[in-house]
Amino acid sequence: MRFRTESSPHMIPAHSVGGVMQQVLMALVPGTLAMVWFFGWGVLVNVALAVLFAVAFEAAIVAARKRPVMATLGDNSAIVTGWLFALAIPPLTPVWVTLIGIAFAIIVAKHLYGGLGYNPFNPAMVGYVVVLVSFPREMALWPAPEALSDLSLGLGQTLQTVLTGSLPAALEWDTLSRATPLDAMREGLGSGRTVGEVTASPLFGSFSETQWEWIGNFFLLGGLYLLFRRIIHWHIPVAVILGVAIPAGFFWMLDPDSFASPAFHVFSGAVIIGAFFIATDPVSASTTPLGRILYGAGIGLLIFVIRTWGGYPDAVAFAVLLMNMVAPTLDHLTRPRIFGRSRRGPPPGDGHA
Amino acid sequence: MNPTLTEIIRDGLWHNNPGLVQLLGLCPLLAISGTMVNAIGLGIATTLTLLLSNVLVSLIRNHARPEIRIPVYVLIIASIVTAIELAMNAWFHGLFLILGIFIPLIVTNCAIIGRAEAFASRNSVPRAALDGLMMGLGFTGVLIALGALREVLGQGTLMDNAHLLFGEWGHGMTLQLYPSEHGFLLALLPPGAFMAMGLLIAAKNWIDSQFEAEPAPSAEDTAAEPEAGNI
Repeated sequence: MRFRTESSPHMIPAHSVGGVMQQVLMALVPGTLAMVWFFGWGVLVNVALAVLFAVAFEAAIVAARKRPVMATLGDNSAIVTGWLFALAIPPLTPVWVTLIGIAFAIIVAKHLYGGLGYNPFNPAMVGYVVVLVSFPREMALWPAPEALSDLSLGLGQTLQTVLTGSLPAALEWDTLSRATPLDAMREGLGSGRTVGEVTASPLFGSFSETQWEWIGNFFLLGGLYLLFRRIIHWHIPVAVILGVAIPAGFFWMLDPDSFASPAFHVFSGAVIIGAFFIATDPVSASTTPLGRILYGAGIGLLIFVIRTWGGYPDAVAFAVLLMNMVAPTLDHLTRPRIFGRSRRGPPPGDGHA
Repeated sequence: MNPTLTEIIRDGLWHNNPGLVQLLGLCPLLAISGTMVNAIGLGIATTLTLLLSNVLVSLIRNHARPEIRIPVYVLIIASIVTAIELAMNAWFHGLFLILGIFIPLIVTNCAIIGRAEAFASRNSVPRAALDGLMMGLGFTGVLIALGALREVLGQGTLMDNAHLLFGEWGHGMTLQLYPSEHGFLLALLPPGAFMAMGLLIAAKNWIDSQFEAEPAPSAEDTAAEPEAGNI
């Protein structure tokens, strides 16, 4: 009897790219639902629009590059990019801002560099930074969480606001939007108040504002699921969180009046989602174990530095993009020893290999 | 080998364009192309400098000793730029204030000393003059294209502040294409300049590849793609 001989590879990887991206999308669901709960339908509308645009742009640019469209769309990476972008922008962002951001993310940051796997920068964060730098006014309009405000927009009103860029009658941005905790902290410290006075506001929970803590917790849940499924490794998330918390803790112990607590830093803004979902992008992050730790710690440190002394209230996107630039060098410098070889390269005792 | 006059014209304007192909003088090109009027102002100043420096360098090409030719060229270029700077200060004062340091910096524009060394020092005066003029116009063309692109995207206008260049009647030349509060701020910032420049270079390579004979597209295509990616 003849046995069929198959050519290598004999072990088929458990995760295809499309499968990994599907897991990431599933892990994003709890945090996204928490954001919908606190910020209303706008989050969902943004996610739907951004994913739609991302897939459309991906299909168009892949067709223009004369590559197989359906095979590329099957890796689901455009959906993840669109989804992450949508979570980064305020819930009632006008639709044209989303369109421009996604266009930059997919076309410029991803496909001009050669498509998935070749992009040195995280596409979603490139798109977000482009709109953040270009349209500061639209990007500042975080609405008050619904729990804190009597005003809540229905699905129809939300759609109208997002699509036309103007609020329904009798509503004003001033009544609807308010500062995020990081904004409040930044403004408060800038105008000479102490951390204690800023956090004394009833809006603040134990660490940061209650709803941002909860959003962080739900993203943490999704992140732990990814860790459990071995989609991501622990190095980057842990390093990012410690990278924020350790310098924040150091300065907080020096002067608790003018530096916010490490817990505030970790649970405000985008640190949790950034640590688990954005910094762990397999394409643009470092890939060696030590490199991942350095990469994550660099992101964390940059987040703290830019938040504390920089020009923007939150800094996850900037920090990730800056460390993306360093990732290839980190990989090169932290390459693990190859089995059977000494750290310098050739196997021991074999000088001319 | 001596290029024909048509070749000189074609090289300056397209095939060997200082901005798009030689990538010389990028510093003023990227810094000053925020609006079309700034671009035109700097373009004219640079073109004049290129024309005059090429003529003067060509005139002395048989007299300057080769060991000291570069300092001599720099002296010539610096004198011309100083004269142009004073002239702009006198007659286009508003524009002079906006362009600021980038007028004196024309001295260091590599496109100018590059043409002096590579072309004017080896060619007769009329040919050097034509080369200077065409290189200058090529540079100005890129500046204007970049300026127009960035101004339209960034603030929704074309020829804003035209009165600085054309006098009082220039006020009427400003075109408002869309309300400026939604301007694409990135286009006005330095990264926008680099991206727009990359897109222009990609566009030029793409146009070239369209005109090229069918049998040899591969070299041009592969050369064009990483360039586009580098923005």
